[in-house]
Amino acid sequence: MPNIVVLVKRVPDTNARIVVNGDRVDLSAVKWVISPYDEFAIETALQHKEAAGGTVTALTLGPSGSDKVLKDAKAIGVDEIVRVWDDAWTEIDSNGIQSALAQAITELGAEIVYCGKTAADTGAGSTGPGVAERLGWASVSNSTDASFDGGLTVNTPMEGGSARVSVAGNAVISCDKGSLKVRKPNVKGIMMAKRAQVNVVTATAPASTVTIVSQNPPPAKPAGKKFEGGSSAEQVARLLRDEANVI
Amino acid sequence: MSESIIIAETNKGTIADVTAELVNAAIALGTTPTVVVPCTDATIADGAGYEGVARTIAVKGDCFSNYDAASWAAAIDAAAPSGIILAAATPQSKDIAARLAARRGLSVVQDVVSINGMNLTSPIYSGKAMQTVAISGDTVISVRANVFPAASSSGANVSVVDQSGDVATAVQEIIARASTRLDVSEANIIISGGRGMGSPDNFSHLEKIADTLGAAVGASRAAVDTWDEIPHSMQVGQTGKTVNPNLYIAVGISGAIQHLAGMRSSKYIVAVNKDADAPIFAHADYGIVATWEEALPVLESAFSSMMA
Repeated sequence: MPNIVVLVKRVPDTNARIVVNGDRVDLSAVKWVISPYDEFAIETALQHKEAAGGTVTALTLGPSGSDKVLKDAKAIGVDEIVRVWDDAWTEIDSNGIQSALAQAITELGAEIVYCGKTAADTGAGSTGPGVAERLGWASVSNSTDASFDGGLTVNTPMEGGSARVSVAGNAVISCDKGSLKVRKPNVKGIMMAKRAQVNVVTATAPASTVTIVSQNPPPAKPAGKKFEGGSSAEQVARLLRDEANVI
Repeated sequence: MSESIIIAETNKGTIADVTAELVNAAIALGTTPTVVVPCTDATIADGAGYEGVARTIAVKGDCFSNYDAASWAAAIDAAAPSGIILAAATPQSKDIAARLAARRGLSVVQDVVSINGMNLTSPIYSGKAMQTVAISGDTVISVRANVFPAASSSGANVSVVDQSGDVATAVQEIIARASTRLDVSEANIIISGGRGMGSPDNFSHLEKIADTLGAAVGASRAAVDTWDEIPHSMQVGQTGKTVNPNLYIAVGISGAIQHLAGMRSSKYIVAVNKDADAPIFAHADYGIVATWEEALPVLESAFSSMMA
């Protein structure tokens, strides 16, 4: 019966206004949520457990403020919740994050890991494949429509369409939405989550080689040209060819 | 000058244009790049020389016949020298970038849109802010298309190395898209419809323009959630795909923050909306205040005569 780990990350609510103060983003007033794609990963992990048995452990990397998203995952239905952290990690880069997560996953004895295709804050999508490489595992990214009968198979985009791929052995699967409907926490789940204990573990992380210089608002876009009426579309088409040079 | 490695972007058996842009990104980093072309047939690399490039290596292996992240990263790693690695910020190459970085114990910086010395800038929070980081030592970076100018071609020699990688996943079935139209993640021009299109049948008007321009058809989340006929694979936005084409045409899309997150970095944005106050107009280079019924036929005939 598979030992399943699902990676979750806390991010600002995707509807939150992002404020920059000085040269850093100020997140003191945002509401924190599970990164939306991680919800697809949790749902897929729970479906895997329902099909094959085993346990689902939600794992996050972060300071104690990240406990909330672990409890949110618990309320949805995961069995165990684990947080890996070291207060010395004031600025941890992708190399450090993936190393620490890979150690925690090994400690947990996981055989299969699900995560979101990207986190809603960075949008990078590096964690799933990066952790897989460190573990020496297979990885499938942007995967949808997982099925567990006779081994794990998933859909993944491929040039000109998509491919149904089967995964034998250990793997990290980065999940997209596809046709998935995610379950919501019920009252019993929320009550259980309140009492749940977060298992805090630590790991070692290599020194960061990427340091944040500044965070800024996006460059303001110069005001565009606005036209009234459908017949102006002809002029817009000409501008796209002659001014923008994109046609 | 120190050396860097460019992982060539391939598409339909040819080298994609963004590869030439990566050459200038590598030069902006003060490096001289070696272009590595993953392929099953080395003839794909013929003519893949660019001005400013040290050399081109075609890495030929059976593992490149289907995409498998583990084997691609292993084979490219074995064939590529050390140095900063650059790849295109496409879903597949970002995936390879992350695995290659992990394989070499390096950090990865994705979706770079500007390079200044060793400072790299990428969008964060779905483009609601920009982050600049400083890198020290070898790093793997992915660079978005349409940011750097393309390097000119030159007739450089191509060396071929055979490389294998252990394939970790098995393709059971390739599911071709029902239409030959490009996916939004592949296209340089995208025309998207929102709930303002009124019904999914009316997307045929977007498809007509898409086929004239060789564009992809996208949709807003509202359209995908409302109509079963519009699949999630077409969705542009926060819970769909992030795109940065040369031209994005939004039709009947109000411009919710969810949608803007996926397309605001497009080079040129055209909005067609009957509501003059729709938020999408604040992000449009060219706005047309009109119903789609009024604007699309005019747009279609103008594009048709231009493409003729």
